[in-house]
Amino acid sequence: MTQNSLGDSVVQKTVQAQNNGVAATATHTQPLWLLAEITYRCPLHCAFCYNPTDYDKHTQNELSTEQWIKTLREARKLGAIQLGISGGEPLLRDDIEEIVAEAHKLGYYSNLITSGVGLTEKRIQAFKDGGLDHIQLSMHDITEEINNFITNTKTFELKKKVAAMIKSHGYPMVLNVVIHRYNIGHMKEILEMAEALGADYIELANTQYYGWSLINRNQLMPSKEQVEEAERITNEYRAKSGSKMKVFFVVPDYFADRPKKCMNGWGEVFMIVTANGDVLPCHSARVLPNMKFPNVKDDELGWSWKDSPAFNKYRGDSWMKEPCRNCAEKEKDLGGCRCQAFLLTGDAETADPVCSLSPHHHIIEKAIEDAKNPQLQAQPIIFRNDKNSKKVISGELEERTKEFHALP
Amino acid sequence: MTSKIEMTDIYALAPHHRFQWEEAQQSYVILFPEGMVKLHGGAGEVLKRVDGKATVGDIVADLKATFPDAEDIESDILGMFELAAGKFWIRKI
Repeated sequence: MTQNSLGDSVVQKTVQAQNNGVAATATHTQPLWLLAEITYRCPLHCAFCYNPTDYDKHTQNELSTEQWIKTLREARKLGAIQLGISGGEPLLRDDIEEIVAEAHKLGYYSNLITSGVGLTEKRIQAFKDGGLDHIQLSMHDITEEINNFITNTKTFELKKKVAAMIKSHGYPMVLNVVIHRYNIGHMKEILEMAEALGADYIELANTQYYGWSLINRNQLMPSKEQVEEAERITNEYRAKSGSKMKVFFVVPDYFADRPKKCMNGWGEVFMIVTANGDVLPCHSARVLPNMKFPNVKDDELGWSWKDSPAFNKYRGDSWMKEPCRNCAEKEKDLGGCRCQAFLLTGDAETADPVCSLSPHHHIIEKAIEDAKNPQLQAQPIIFRNDKNSKKVISGELEERTKEFHALP
Repeated sequence: MTSKIEMTDIYALAPHHRFQWEEAQQSYVILFPEGMVKLHGGAGEVLKRVDGKATVGDIVADLKATFPDAEDIESDILGMFELAAGKFWIRKI
């Protein structure tokens, strides 16, 4: 008997994309995964954050509690089941209790994606009572030094306390660790730390280069050898560990021959609603040119998903150019990521340059070389904070954004 | 990976897993952190009966009574238990 005879792993997370990447065998398009990027405000300032660098535009026009609840109801009717409540730091809003309770009533399997900052006994108890299903906690390193450096905050001790709190309330422990040059050498220790904390799942998410991580690419990217070593250690750990901890290793696409099947296909299973109500098929879609994305304040969600020009633009493969159009592998990756293609080449419909068959693949090769250049490495990290976001918007940081075809 | 399924075994859904009917999909699903599985008809019928009380034997008997025309379903049912336990969707209690 095979798994197929029992059921389809419709949206089993595998090794595809950043933080919230999913892979699926979608048979029809329903927004099974809804990600609520509920606020872009954040007490942490992580150098690798995938949020838009111009997020400061969207910190004053957040959706109200009522607007979120209406959105959850509409999405549920469209078939949404898995709900991620993310940010920024969602706990900066004081209505998360109300939102998770409503999500539970609607039948969502809900997940709070948090840095842990702002999680108190009182709040976690309210989440438990309201029916929140799990909490995904970001961790950064085994050392206080790297944790505090990369997040630009003193949060190391707090994260350990929060991990214990999550466990003591009977929640599954789901850890997410973004991997970059500063922690990639600690893979074994990170896995051991997760095990010691009692983690049920750990996602080792190699940085993918969008948002803040793109403008800090030279400061964050490890070498190919480091990535291979990290993967080897992970596999070794999986093979010998008798524990039930599930380990996901998100492969960094720059070092792969073929692109990721981004979001498992544009408008296939994944829908994001941003802090200000934009409805997107992926986290960074707003970088794309000549696109008008729907917004829950103005547009009905069913129309947004099924009929809006933006969601239909890159559905399927009819938009493809060569070399994708006649590529034997096109169904495997659907040409990769539209945002990465545009950011790096200026053409949203070309093959993702990560692909070795792309005529623009040299851009990726150059980026890998640049990341080894000591002079470029020595440029300062631009931490994700309101001040730097304002500087990105005003053009003050043009030196770091000009090689890209849109503000990352 | 899994031990043999015995008729006297009792299974329950694994911790942090949820089983529910999905109207939009017209199928049963199992939900868990970072994933979900859509169950085919027969598998849904089996999992629906896994409640931490009924033995495997009870469930086989119940399914045979509910679907008298289905031939040789016992081995299919045991296969489903084996697979679901192997995936840690259910656990023996």
